[in-house]
Amino acid sequence: MPPMLDTARCVAERQACEPRDKPGKTAHMKILIIEDDLETAAYLSKAFREAGITVDHASDGDSGYFLASENSYGVLVVDRMLPKRDGLSIISSLRAKGDDTPALILSALGQVDDRVTGLRAGGDDYLTKPYAFSELLARVEILGRRKGGRDTETVYRVGDLELDRLSHEVRRAGQPIPLQPREYRLLEYLMKNAGQVVTRTMLLEHVWDYHFDPQTNVIDVHVSRLRAKIEKDFGEPLLRTIRGAGYMMKAEG
Amino acid sequence: MGRVRALLGTTAVRLSALYLVLFAICAVALVFYVTALSDRMLREETQRSVAGELRAISTVYRGAGVAGLVRVIDRRSRRPGANLYIIAAPAGDIIAGNVAAIQPGVIDAEGWTTVPFKYQRFGDANEGEHFALAQIIFLPNGMRLLVGRDIGEPEQIRGLVRQALVLALAIMFVGAVAIWYFVGRRALKRIDHLSEASKKIMAGDLSQRLPMGGSGDEFDRLSLSLNSMLDRIGKLNEGLRQVSDNIAHDLKTPLTRLRNRAEAALVGKHDEGGYRKTLEEMIAESDQLIGTFNALLMISRVEAGSMVAEMSEVDLSRLACDATELYEPLAEEAGVLLTHEIAAGVKVKGNRELLAQSLSNLIDNAIKYVDGGDPATIVVKVTGGPGGVELSVSDNGPGIPESRREDVVKRFVRLDASRTKPGTGLGLSLVDAVAHLHSGWLELSATEAHNSAMPGLTATIHLPGGA
Repeated sequence: MPPMLDTARCVAERQACEPRDKPGKTAHMKILIIEDDLETAAYLSKAFREAGITVDHASDGDSGYFLASENSYGVLVVDRMLPKRDGLSIISSLRAKGDDTPALILSALGQVDDRVTGLRAGGDDYLTKPYAFSELLARVEILGRRKGGRDTETVYRVGDLELDRLSHEVRRAGQPIPLQPREYRLLEYLMKNAGQVVTRTMLLEHVWDYHFDPQTNVIDVHVSRLRAKIEKDFGEPLLRTIRGAGYMMKAEG
Repeated sequence: MGRVRALLGTTAVRLSALYLVLFAICAVALVFYVTALSDRMLREETQRSVAGELRAISTVYRGAGVAGLVRVIDRRSRRPGANLYIIAAPAGDIIAGNVAAIQPGVIDAEGWTTVPFKYQRFGDANEGEHFALAQIIFLPNGMRLLVGRDIGEPEQIRGLVRQALVLALAIMFVGAVAIWYFVGRRALKRIDHLSEASKKIMAGDLSQRLPMGGSGDEFDRLSLSLNSMLDRIGKLNEGLRQVSDNIAHDLKTPLTRLRNRAEAALVGKHDEGGYRKTLEEMIAESDQLIGTFNALLMISRVEAGSMVAEMSEVDLSRLACDATELYEPLAEEAGVLLTHEIAAGVKVKGNRELLAQSLSNLIDNAIKYVDGGDPATIVVKVTGGPGGVELSVSDNGPGIPESRREDVVKRFVRLDASRTKPGTGLGLSLVDAVAHLHSGWLELSATEAHNSAMPGLTATIHLPGGA
């Protein structure tokens, strides 16, 4: 995808300029990037390594499938259009063998239908080129951690904030905080991924089920409303804004 | 040779040939049927007259014996156009009658001869052979009596019929050629005209149109549909050209800015913070550009109709509630009252994502341009009925002058000349394209037409009703 290169470079610099303060969180993760454009692959590898993620790279479909079958990865980042073997077929073959390594599809095709086909083939997430590296990183980190899964937990806790997924009650320091249904879902998603960067697009996708970019950043207003409710009368800030990336729920220390 | 083959390859010639063959088969069958029929009738007639005569002669024989028989035969033989008569001895020798010779064996069996036999009359030895049918009876004394009739006549009729057949076939052939010439060749000519025109169009002259004969026949209808296809292609082409012009204009500017910023940063002396600031600005600018590109691609794909596949039942009421709820905090922050009047359970067949994005664009626009209303209010409305479904966003801002309403739907058109508000100028184009994809349309009108100072704008997406 040669036209993407300039953007890629921009994002690389952005990444280099904004080191994340997430010590050791994902240091153990190893991912496989299957991408035929060598420049993009090199930049992605470098950027992921700087974020503490080990990277293997395959430059065509066949070798990508081989590496993915032979090794165990936290996440597969698969370009959709690859030489020798197309990205979707790699994922569906892996799924057919019972390999459920989370896979993120990168594609220049970004329309609704394309995303749906990608997810139907067994992909877990879909990102359209060009993308910000911060977006890709946030998604990879969340996919990589998903294996442990927090879906089974009934209560999410961050600091002294509690969210009960059965009664839909939210408490901070024992004090109930009334939330609108959408605010509740927003908080639930943020807390489920506590300690991880959650981007605005991810919030739009998971909380609103919208897969397009609204022209104005509507999400920020929702987040600040939520923040006001859960932090106003309490000391420690829990919901942080990560510049150039998104948001993160995290307790101090 | 090549010309002949080309001629034989034409539909007109093939059709004419097929016509000719089919009609020839029919004609031949008909002629044979008629011949067979007349032949049978003639035979029956012959048999009837021969049998009648035989009866009369038998009566004479019973009254006057062999002498009377010979007498009556002699008399009858002399009549003009007489039948054939033979009285033969038991051994088969001709005793009396008007026949000189007869095919051997004919006289040996009693009854009707099954096939015509050869015979010769007296005095016409040089005229060749004649054929006849006859009935033979054996007289009680062992003599044989033959009464027959020449069938030269039926053979003549058959010959006539054959002539008629040849003539008919000849006329048919001429007819087929004439039909080919006048009908086929004319059709062929018109097809040639069509191909000529198509070739010109293929060569790049999209303004060419296929010729019309004016009679409204199949060829005219074909030309008509091809012409409307060309119109559509022309329009799409024009749209494409307009987009490329716009891209050149509207994307070059931010690209130039981007480049200038990078250059300025490179030549200037900055500390790390300065570089970072420049880079951040450049990323924001790139994101804006990417957004514009994505919106353009989206519009093109929606206009090309390639997203039709993902149509399903969409709960429009739900979708409008969600969108209103999404924008409500933003509106509040902008000091705008965002309310809704949404009828419950309105459903359409459509693409949820595209409809949601269209509604988002409309609400987003309204929030951006409502300022001036007192208090600034936006109403999201959904009404459904059997006649159709309407999804509208009304504001009480300055609105859009009627003369400009058509323009704002075009790509990159922004009324805000100073372009102080963020936006790509593509929002309404997408809404319009999405409305068309759903077999509907986008209507822009004044919310309160009589309020000339603040007429407001109502953007309505009309959709066909009933999912």
